[in-house]
Order: sequence, then structure tokens, then C-alpha cells
Amino acid sequence: MSDPVSNAFPVDPQRGTPADMAARSRRRVLAGLGALPLTGLASRLAQAAPDEPLRIGLIVTLSGPFAEFGHQMENGVRLWLRQRGDSVAGRRVELLLKDDTGPAPDVAKRLAIELATRDKVHVLAGFAFTPNAVAAAPVATQAKLPMLVMNAASAGVTQKSPYIARTSFTLPQVSAPMGQWAAKNGVKRAATLVSDYAPGIDAETAFRKAFEAAGGQLADAVRVPLKNPEFAPFLQKLKDAKPDAVFVFLPSGEPAIAFMKGFDERGLKAAGIRLLATGDVTDDASIDAIGDAALGTITTHHWSMAHDSPLNRAYVKLWTDAYGAKTRPNQVSVASWDAMNALWAALERTRGVADGDTLIGAMKGLRIDSPRGPVTLDAATRDITQTVYVRRVEKRDGRLFNVEFDRFADVRADVA
Amino acid sequence: MTATLAVLVFDGLAYGVLLYLLSVGLSVTLGLMNFVNLAHGAFAMLGGYTAVVLMRDAGWPFLATLPAAFAASAAVGAVLEATLYRRLYAAAHLEQLLFSIGLVFVSVGAATWAFGPQQQPVALPAFLRGQWALGAGIELGRYRVFLLAFGAVLTAALGLAVARTRFGAQLRAAVDHATAARGLGIAVGRVFAIAFAAGCGLAGLGGALAIDLMGLDPTFPLRTLVIVLTVVAAGGAGTLRGPLLLALGLGIVDVLGKYFVPQAGAFVTWTALIALLLARPQGLVALARGRA
Repeated sequence: MSDPVSNAFPVDPQRGTPADMAARSRRRVLAGLGALPLTGLASRLAQAAPDEPLRIGLIVTLSGPFAEFGHQMENGVRLWLRQRGDSVAGRRVELLLKDDTGPAPDVAKRLAIELATRDKVHVLAGFAFTPNAVAAAPVATQAKLPMLVMNAASAGVTQKSPYIARTSFTLPQVSAPMGQWAAKNGVKRAATLVSDYAPGIDAETAFRKAFEAAGGQLADAVRVPLKNPEFAPFLQKLKDAKPDAVFVFLPSGEPAIAFMKGFDERGLKAAGIRLLATGDVTDDASIDAIGDAALGTITTHHWSMAHDSPLNRAYVKLWTDAYGAKTRPNQVSVASWDAMNALWAALERTRGVADGDTLIGAMKGLRIDSPRGPVTLDAATRDITQTVYVRRVEKRDGRLFNVEFDRFADVRADVA
Repeated sequence: MTATLAVLVFDGLAYGVLLYLLSVGLSVTLGLMNFVNLAHGAFAMLGGYTAVVLMRDAGWPFLATLPAAFAASAAVGAVLEATLYRRLYAAAHLEQLLFSIGLVFVSVGAATWAFGPQQQPVALPAFLRGQWALGAGIELGRYRVFLLAFGAVLTAALGLAVARTRFGAQLRAAVDHATAARGLGIAVGRVFAIAFAAGCGLAGLGGALAIDLMGLDPTFPLRTLVIVLTVVAAGGAGTLRGPLLLALGLGIVDVLGKYFVPQAGAFVTWTALIALLLARPQGLVALARGRA
């Protein structure tokens, strides 16, 4: 470094007085000198970064009526770590678990801020509910943290921050194929029944659009309260509308179970009304609680425990070995497994560099092999593109399963 | 239309009876004994889990699990009465409320730990599933008919027990004036202990009967808290008839409202309740007792 000034910044006599020139070149020298150690530091940081553990902040629901979601997420993530070990691209991975207690956007946001500022996490993940994901999105944007959505299934969640990627599904993504399938398979008049909140209305709209576009006719559209509905009057209304089929979306768990039992009890099945639903209604974690009333239900969804592939059989075996045969994995656990899957693949691409822009950049257009089959994170929307399967509830070896018999390949999350 | 209306009224009655069965234990502990027992739902949940575990793991038939659900909740209720509740009989309502809501959270945590957060499967026997067709388009759910019959028998038995038996008289005396009752040689402590255990037992029975329609998971006590309190408080605490009439009315209004104006949701039901309480602040059936 003999004379950096004359080499790097040749003096131009036409640019001003000698005094100006001198001042300007001093500034340039300082800038030039400053830049050298800084670039050195940056490259050293990039090399040093892999020694620091990679912290993942999981915001999941571990208490209250929706604790099953958190249970499935935590199990899915831990299963991945158990299988792949707790380090990737030379970096050890640490999990920090936070309980958002259910659909509580204020709590989710507070937890995201805590994780970003106090715990200095590198990645946010979890989010069973759309309101929670939407509330945490600005935190991800400000802190430049990749945010992996493992469930929240309303359309457009990934638009809330450029750092969000989603490995679950959207309700339009699974409801629109059902509209097409129904119209093609002899359903002329259909009624819908959905829970009266954003995802329910997403499902109703997507089904209706696809069904009517394919020539179907909507007989009735019923919306039921999200909490503690007594289904008798709604079921009676559906029965009186006499449709060929009923399309249903309800959050999995208690409402879905009560509805399915009522549908059978009230003789709608016996009256020849076919039951169509999104896979939430007969998801693997609650299908045992529904019992034989679920038999014959046709659903569209992206994952089933009975999906026939070596990867899925391995996944189910891993689950059963870890948690016993009594609890069953559902699609939430698979989406959480796949979020880890995508994170691992991205970190291998970036060689352990985990700053938000690099990491989310590595996830754009990422294709991963999921237990449900290959899936892609769209390069533009960071939302999931995947195959949606048509399944029928059947009994195999005395247990109920959603058995796939038809498919819609490469369905986009923002299917219109 | 008349067939549909008949079915709807029947459904409403059955739903009302279910609400009554779920709350009748509370009309003993809150209504008769004047203890603000928000943990009522926890005892109902215990009955529910007792029924589920006996059916699933021990292979008991559904009907046999009902007395067992009563017994299990009554036993736990008796133990808690002797160890905890007894200390708070004379305490202010706020203290009773804080204690019992605490008990609810403990029970939610305990159930999550023991059974996991998921919904429990319950399979009714074949003779209680499906519908009976009465002709003219009227079809009645068998389990709902069973609930109605069960509710009628239980109401009659309970009414007789409180109004006609020696124990019922002792209980009413002990509640009305404990000191005078003691002076007459009534073992007030024992009477309260038995009545409280019976109230908890009834909660357990209601819980076991409710799981098919309401599902069972660790949040059961919280999910049912509002409706159960409503039935007892707005029906007329201290009476057995009030909660029954209110539960039946609530069931019918709820079902008809949801069928004819579904977009109004639960609005119809709660508006009707507000109107009722404005007209009769003491509850549907006012207490004929001398004290406030």
C-alpha cells in the first residue's frame, strides 16, 4: 500500500481548487482505508458465522383448545432433528419454543419481537393461525428474518412480508380442485357448509367458483359459528335443501367431529347426500375420534398418512417409533417437517450463511422431496405449489385412513 | 314444513335436556348450597374421561360407564370437599370463584398431561345411533330420544330426593340456616359433604352423556362454563325447576334461530336471554326463599 491515493483516485485538476481537492481526497482516502478492513471483517464474519449456533424461534400453540396444532408442529420439527441430527452446513441448530396459546395475534407478535430482539434468533417458524402469522409478519420484515409458516392456510399470507415462505397449504388450493372434481363426478347441485371465519370463506368461495365454472349449481351456502356449534339445525337445513352433495370445511378437532357424527346420525348419508370436504375435516389426528361415521367421505388435501411412497412410509414409521401408534401424525406435522427440510436445503445452498435476504433467496424456487411428494416453493410468491389428492375414507386393518384415488398435479397456492 | 318444525322442536328439547343434564349438578352446588363452583365443568370432564377410558381400554358398554362416571366424579368431589372446598363455605363469593377457576386450570393441565390435547373418540352402542322414522317425514335421533327419557327420569328422581326425602329436608334446612339446623341435631358438615359429592357425581354423569354431542378434550370445563352458568343462574339459582325450564327454552330458541336466521348466529339466543334477565333479574323461576 505505497500510495493508494494517487493510484486509486487520480487527481483531476478540473474538479476544483487545490484545497477542495485535498479535502476530497482525504475523505476518499479515509473511505478507502475504512472499506478495506470492513470487507475483510465481512468475509471473516461469513466464515465465522457457522461457528455460532443457528437459533430457530418456534411460535406454536401449546395450550388451550388448539394445543394439538402445537403438538403436531413440535413433533414434526423434533422428528426432523432426530432423523437428520441437530447441525446443518457445519452449524449447530437450537430450538426456542414459545406458546402463542391459540388464535391470538397480539401474543404472536409479542413473542416474535422477543425472539428477534432478546433471543436474536435467525429464523422464525410455526404459526398455526392466519391472524398470528399476519401479526408477526412486520417483525420478520423489520428484523429481516426468514419466517416459515407451518400451517396458517388463508390465501395471501406470504404477501405480508418478503421474508415469509409457507410449507403447508392454502384453503383455495385444496377447495378449488374439489369443485372441479365434484362437477366431473356426477354432482349437479351442491350445498356448502363452512365455519364463519376467513379460512372458511376462502374455502366456500374457491369451491363455488370452481364448481360453478365446471357447470355445477349451488343449492345453499351455510356458515356456522366457529365455537361450540350445535349442528342439528344446520344439518336439518342441508337435509331440506336436498343437494346431491355437501361440501364442508371446518377446522379439524371438535367441530369436525361433531359435524361428521351428526351427518351420519341425521340420515343425510342414508338420504344419498354425498359428503365432500377438505382434508381438515377427516385429518389423521382426529379421524379415530370421528369413527365409522367418516367412512366414504371424499376429501381433497395434500397429505394423508396412507399416501403410498417410500418417503411417506419412512415418515410414518419414524413417527410411530418416536411417539407410539396411539397418536397419529397429521398434515401439520408434515408441513413442519418440510419447513425444516426447506431450511436445511437452503442452508446447504448458502453454506451456513443465515442472514435473512440470503436465506429467503435460497428458498425461492426451492424444490424439496416431502413425504407428500415433491413440492416447490414458488420463486415469486414463496408459497407452496404441490399435488392435491382426492381421497376416500376407508378402513384398512381395522383403522380409518384417507385413501388417495385421484390427483391434481402442481396446484398453485394462489389458484383462482 | 310442519314435519321440519316438529323435528326442530324435538332437537331443541333434546339439546336443552343435554344442557340441563350438564348443569343439574351445579344447581345442587351453586343453587342449593350457594357455592360459586366454576369447577363444575372439571367434574363433568372427569366423568367424560372415565366413560371414554372404560369403553376404550376396558371394553365396558356405554350404559355401564354412566354410573361409573357418576361414582368417579362423586369420589373425587368428596375428597376435594373434605380437603379444600369445606374451608371456603363461609368465604366470600369472590374467593370461591377464584379458588374454583384455579381448579379449572389445574384440571385442564392435568387432563392435557394425562390424555393429550386431542379429542377423545366415543362410540355409542348401535341401538343409540341413527334415527327412528315416525312417518310423515318425522325422523328422530335415537340418542336424543334417549337423552330426553334420561332427563325426565333424572329430574323426577332429583325432585323427589330434595322435596320428599329426609336427606332432602336436612339439606334444605342446613342451607337455609346452618346454625338452627345444627341445633336440631342435623350433622350439617356431613349433609354438605354428601350433597356436594352428589352434585359432582351429577356433573360426571352429565359429562359422560355430553361427549357424543359436544366432544371431549382438556378444554371441556372452559368450553361449557358459560352455558352451564347461564342455565343455573338465569334459570333461577336455588330451584331445580328453573334451570330445567331455561335449558329447554334455550335449546329450542337456539335450534330454531339457527335454522331460520342462520346469519344471526348465536345472536338470537343471547338476545332472548338478555330480555329474560331484564324482565326477571332473579331468574326464570324466582327463589321463594325469604333471604336475598
